[in-house]
Amino acid sequence: MSADFLQFLFSGITQGACYALVGLGFSIIYNASQVINFAQGEFVMIAGMAAVALIDAGAPFVLALAAGVALTVVVGVALEKFAIEPARNASVVTLIIITIGASIFLRGAAELLGGRGFRSMPAFSGNEPIVIGGAALLPQSLWVLGVTVVIIFALGRFFNSTMHGKAMLATAYNPVMAQLMGINTRLVLSLSFALAALLGGIAGVLIAPLSLTYSTVGVMLGLKGFCAAILGGLGKPMGAIAGGLLVGVSEAMTAGYLSSAYKDAVAFVIILVVLVVLPGGLFGGRSVERV
Amino acid sequence: MTLLRVEHLSKSFGPSSAIENLSFAISPGTIHSIIGPNGAGKTTLFNLISGLYRPTSGTIWFDDADITALPPHRRARCGLSRTFQNLQVFLNLSALDNVMVGYHLACDGRFLPSLLRLPSVVRRDRDYREQAVALMRFVGLEAFVDAAADAMPYGALKRLELARALAVQPKMLLLDEPAAGLNPKETAELDFLIQQIAAQGITVVLVEHDMRLVWSVSNHILVLDHGRKLAEGTGWEIRHNEDVVAAYLGEGGRHR
Amino acid sequence: MASLWQPRTGGLLALAGVVAGLPLILPNAFYYDVAILVGINATVCVGLNLLIGYAGQISLGHAGFFALGAYASAILTGDHGWPPLAALAAGAVGVGVLSFVLAQPILKLKGHYLAMGTLGLGIIISIVLNQEAGLTGGPDGMPVPSLRALGHTVAGEHAWYALVGLVLIVSVWLTLNLIDSPVGRALQAVHGSESAAALTGVDVIRYKVLVFVVSAVLASLAGSLFAHYAGFITPAEASFARSIELVTMVVLGGMASTFGAVVGAAVLTILPQALTAFQDFKMLVFGAVLMGTMIFLRKGLVPTLAGLIRNRMRSGRA
Ligand SMILES: Nc1ncnc2c1ncn2[C@@H]1O[C@H](COP(=O)(O)OP(=O)(O)OP(=O)(O)O)[C@@H](O)[C@H]1O
Ligand SMILES: [Mg+2]
Repeated sequence: MSADFLQFLFSGITQGACYALVGLGFSIIYNASQVINFAQGEFVMIAGMAAVALIDAGAPFVLALAAGVALTVVVGVALEKFAIEPARNASVVTLIIITIGASIFLRGAAELLGGRGFRSMPAFSGNEPIVIGGAALLPQSLWVLGVTVVIIFALGRFFNSTMHGKAMLATAYNPVMAQLMGINTRLVLSLSFALAALLGGIAGVLIAPLSLTYSTVGVMLGLKGFCAAILGGLGKPMGAIAGGLLVGVSEAMTAGYLSSAYKDAVAFVIILVVLVVLPGGLFGGRSVERV
Repeated sequence: MTLLRVEHLSKSFGPSSAIENLSFAISPGTIHSIIGPNGAGKTTLFNLISGLYRPTSGTIWFDDADITALPPHRRARCGLSRTFQNLQVFLNLSALDNVMVGYHLACDGRFLPSLLRLPSVVRRDRDYREQAVALMRFVGLEAFVDAAADAMPYGALKRLELARALAVQPKMLLLDEPAAGLNPKETAELDFLIQQIAAQGITVVLVEHDMRLVWSVSNHILVLDHGRKLAEGTGWEIRHNEDVVAAYLGEGGRHR
Repeated sequence: MASLWQPRTGGLLALAGVVAGLPLILPNAFYYDVAILVGINATVCVGLNLLIGYAGQISLGHAGFFALGAYASAILTGDHGWPPLAALAAGAVGVGVLSFVLAQPILKLKGHYLAMGTLGLGIIISIVLNQEAGLTGGPDGMPVPSLRALGHTVAGEHAWYALVGLVLIVSVWLTLNLIDSPVGRALQAVHGSESAAALTGVDVIRYKVLVFVVSAVLASLAGSLFAHYAGFITPAEASFARSIELVTMVVLGGMASTFGAVVGAAVLTILPQALTAFQDFKMLVFGAVLMGTMIFLRKGLVPTLAGLIRNRMRSGRA
């Protein structure tokens, strides 16, 4: 393997892990509510901006990160309470517009409070690259990958062995039945937004040292996370992770070997090609509509 | 003479098969009932005949043509029409426009004449609107001519589906549980309606759990169980078929 | 008299009245500019509403078609010296063919998958317009010559107002014709139930493709007009945000209501202008208004208001 290839692979997987975390958020919320939350990318932005602002204000590093993520979770739950819950049973398009309105609102709030400038966050453990096979790997990338792996396992445990996790799975499978069985589906809804915001927030503080933070950093991230979620088959968490990695690595390879100008188009070309061949995504299967 | 012939038809969803190697024929001008317990595959069979599902294997002949590969809208053109067990009313349209959609094939569905509202389009629309009103009257919906579909009660929506299906001017009409959710009086009216439809020369295929209706109207009955043909024959033959009685009808010859 | 209040007659007359009467109260060129932009957006939305409101198919990429029309006019007239009307027609035909080819696979998708597919399409168009700087001038945009046809140049706010007003009225008229026709019923049937529509003989894919192409071509035409009117265009016209803006106009005004699309376009074109007073709070307020209207007026402005008026009249009569 050439060093170039390895280099592209590293950056692709790092970026892909972020897409995966955002995509997971889409999947979790979709499972609980059939809603596509277009403000998912803004979760990433909020955590990054808040943490940087706190660090600049002199707060201890770890505390700033935790506070950034916590704020994001609060925003996520508030979004569900004040925007999604009052609009239950609205049509798909209406819900899409509500979450887009929320994303504009959050971006506006971020600009108001944090300004429009670009700000950077120091890396968690320095910028001394680790050289593997001739390719440089930033310690921050290892943080991104490590934390993502931990999150994936933690989520697996959460869904399979805790009451709340099982309740969420049951609600995803059949909301009406879940409610009949006494599952508090409203709690599940709040929980799903909290969880999605938590994932977005973690992605936000992880990637901030690599990509700078600014008020619109979440826009493309959100769209590509949506790509990842759809690519893997909406509502399939493992699909979202695979989709995220696929998008990240393809982007890095395209940028490296073909043209960096069209790097941002890669995710969307892939999704179009995949959807034309498999209208339900890679792992969505072909369901037959029942009448 | 047969109008519909199904040969070695199978349909599976993943590992489980809903229809298995089913063959039967329906002659024109009859009322043909298909009965069987819940999950027997009756609706799946309708979906296969009307083209909403593709069979895993087997062929479907309609009017001496192989329609197995035809998409649903082409089957409608061949003279197939149906109602749905789970109502598929166009709730975003008025009741009358629901029936007007039934006349789609008879109207001019081309883009430019519609865009310019050519007099020929307007005239044909007006003619069919009159016929649609007449059809609504025929199924007993005269009170709902101006209603919005989403403001109609369940029973009326079932009739609306029937009117829409008739507007297609079919040779064969598939009815999936038309009596479900109706009270005895409404069922009696439906009984009469089905016989009138058949009297117009439309072949009726009826899927129904209400055995009183089935015994009353059917010339011929097919019994499905687990996607397979359990028995076939006249009402008398079915009632005296030991397999059917054991598997489905039970004592008293009444199910549900 | 009753038939006068059919949307096709009464509504069209009302719209023509508003378009004709507005110049009496528009105080200056700035207001004309806003009115012209409203007209252009409304034209796009009337077409988009056929797709979203009537046929029930979402598109989060229509700004792409608008921009393609705009760039076709800009490039063909500016760089190749084509007559503007020929360029406009070529753009429309090009967008028609492109949308026709793309619609076949994309409109097989449903729900969120369709949203993703159209979103991807729009973003790809936007990226191409940004990157092909040799052709489009890249992110900096490109100038567009003025609109000349039949020996006249359309110049000044009055001429543009008249032209855009006329285009809007004709678009609304044709749209209303279409809705109240076998084609329009077929589109709405596809929205109501694809299975049932197919079994009444409606070729579902054909009508979906048809309405997609019609809405894309209308967007392209409006884009061409916009390019000549603005005199300068950038790839921002194709952006995701712009696609969302168009969809929001349709939904805010009221899905499956042609006049709703016009009202939605008007509100969302005027609102940002009105919000400039809020300066830094502009985005915040815009987002909040968007969420608020969608939560509390779920059916959109026009259907909600129409419902209120109908109830008022009914209770007045009783
Ligand atoms: N689209 C589908 N996907 C998966 N399984 C299906 C689908 N449609 C039908 N089935 C399965 O096929 C079997 C037959 O179902 P079908 O609806 O045809 O039964 P039915 O005879 O109409 O029953 P009922 O009397 O309850 O209406 C069932 O086990 C059902 O779960
Ligand atoms: Mg059934």
